Amino acid sequence: MSMTEKAVIAERPVDVQVDVHVRAPAGKSSWIQKEQRPLNGIVVQLCRFLVFAAIVAFWEIGATLGWINTFFWSKPSDIAATWWVIVQNGSAWSDTMFTFRSTIAGFVIGTVAGAAIGLTFWWSRLYAQTVEPFVIMFEAMPKLALAPIIVLIFGIGLASKVAMAVAITIVITILTTFNGMKSVDRDLVRMVYTLGATRWQVFSKVIVPWTIPSIISALRINIGLALTGAIVGEYIGSQHGLGRLIFYAGQTYEISLIWAGILNLSILSMVLYLLITWTEKKLLKGFMH
Amino acid sequence: MDPACKLRLRNVSKMFRTARGGTVQALTPVNLDIPAHRFVSIVGPSGCGKSTLFNIISGLTEPGTGEILVDGKTVNGASGIVGYMLQKDLLLPWRTILDNVILGMEIRGTPKREAKAKALPLLRKYGLGGFEHSYPSQISGGMRQRAALLRTILYDRDIILLDEPFGALDAQTRALMQEWLLDLWDDFKKTILFITHDMEEAIYLSDEVYIMSARPGSIKAHLRIDLERPRKPTIVTSKRFVELKEEALRILSAESLKAYDQEKAV
Repeated sequence: MSMTEKAVIAERPVDVQVDVHVRAPAGKSSWIQKEQRPLNGIVVQLCRFLVFAAIVAFWEIGATLGWINTFFWSKPSDIAATWWVIVQNGSAWSDTMFTFRSTIAGFVIGTVAGAAIGLTFWWSRLYAQTVEPFVIMFEAMPKLALAPIIVLIFGIGLASKVAMAVAITIVITILTTFNGMKSVDRDLVRMVYTLGATRWQVFSKVIVPWTIPSIISALRINIGLALTGAIVGEYIGSQHGLGRLIFYAGQTYEISLIWAGILNLSILSMVLYLLITWTEKKLLKGFMH
Repeated sequence: MDPACKLRLRNVSKMFRTARGGTVQALTPVNLDIPAHRFVSIVGPSGCGKSTLFNIISGLTEPGTGEILVDGKTVNGASGIVGYMLQKDLLLPWRTILDNVILGMEIRGTPKREAKAKALPLLRKYGLGGFEHSYPSQISGGMRQRAALLRTILYDRDIILLDEPFGALDAQTRALMQEWLLDLWDDFKKTILFITHDMEEAIYLSDEVYIMSARPGSIKAHLRIDLERPRKPTIVTSKRFVELKEEALRILSAESLKAYDQEKAV
């Protein structure tokens, strides 16, 4: 099979392979031809780095010269120093780990439970249509507003953060799963019935595999939501975690500590995102072709 | 009752309720006697109820009135008695070709190893050798239809219903598939019921052709195709073939016109 056919068949978008030996005609190249040549990766990275460096430099210089009020904004050198302190005394790691644990736990429970519940809707139309509006109603409600109640019920330990993450992810997963399930090809289902299949066989051999790509597509959204839930739970009441750190720092006007916390939170987000993207690729590869 | 009669429809009719609350008579009493091992085509204008007929025979729908008898036993509403293949190949996209063709056996409870052992030589013999571990998205439309047909054959029922299986294929692929189907039929000696729009295809492939009327569907005509077997592609220009085709088309076009008027009225 040629490369182009493989590219067409792949479910995930593939970088278009362009023959770089094609020469532009003598004279000016048109925009269309320019656009087809791939960008130099090194140049892109350099530009990204330069933008980042420019922002940091402007911030530092601006703060030093008094253009930027350090009371509210702090400056990169102070932030770096504070960050180094919390890394040294270990609280950066323990707080990050706390948030990481509750995020992952909430994410896994919410996704698995949501998918399972979503799949049960196939078994009875009455049940599905009765419950669906309640799910949608719950989805429309900002779950973050439930944080105070959840912390009250589950306490200020890990459980309430997990509960927050679950509350947010479970509903989205139910709806995504349900929609994926609704799209199943009816002729496919009928065909499997003509092979003498029982309801359970149709469910396990057709409905579940059909819905799995929808569930996988929700993973990326879910991890972000789970992290948000965990952080907000920590704002309300917690003894550990990056959310607690940021909130506490805000209460005591330690602006550079806030930024240090945000920096760690960004790193955590990135790591989680990469983790999920890798998982998604692995799952989809084994599944769609 | 004729013991050689594999499939019999007695007085089968079907009525549907429309969305607006009215009723539509899809089939008026249909009577069919299909002998074993025959290749029988059903041709009719659009909307005449051919697919409804197949749904009833395969047990997906209950008939309004009448009985469907297979080997003399009533099978109304029972699925899994006949093989059924549609125009869409309906292969499961997440399974390999091999895993797809064994689906019928798997559902019936045959152990996977045994099922695969049965399926592999068939895949090789009928042109899918080398693609056992490919996925449906990686092979052509004609090959997918072949896989779907093999799945139906491996399901091992004596009667197979084919609902316009080659309708979505281009003319050359269709011609190849027709030959391939005849080879398959020769080897397995199934009783085949074949729906098509193409009168030439119907006459070329079959022993008998039933022409259905416009809605409400009933059997308008029954032609016995007395052309010799094995059929050669050159037979389509023979005198007898053309005679049969003329007669069949005459009946069919009258019904097609009625069907067209019905569509306009709606």
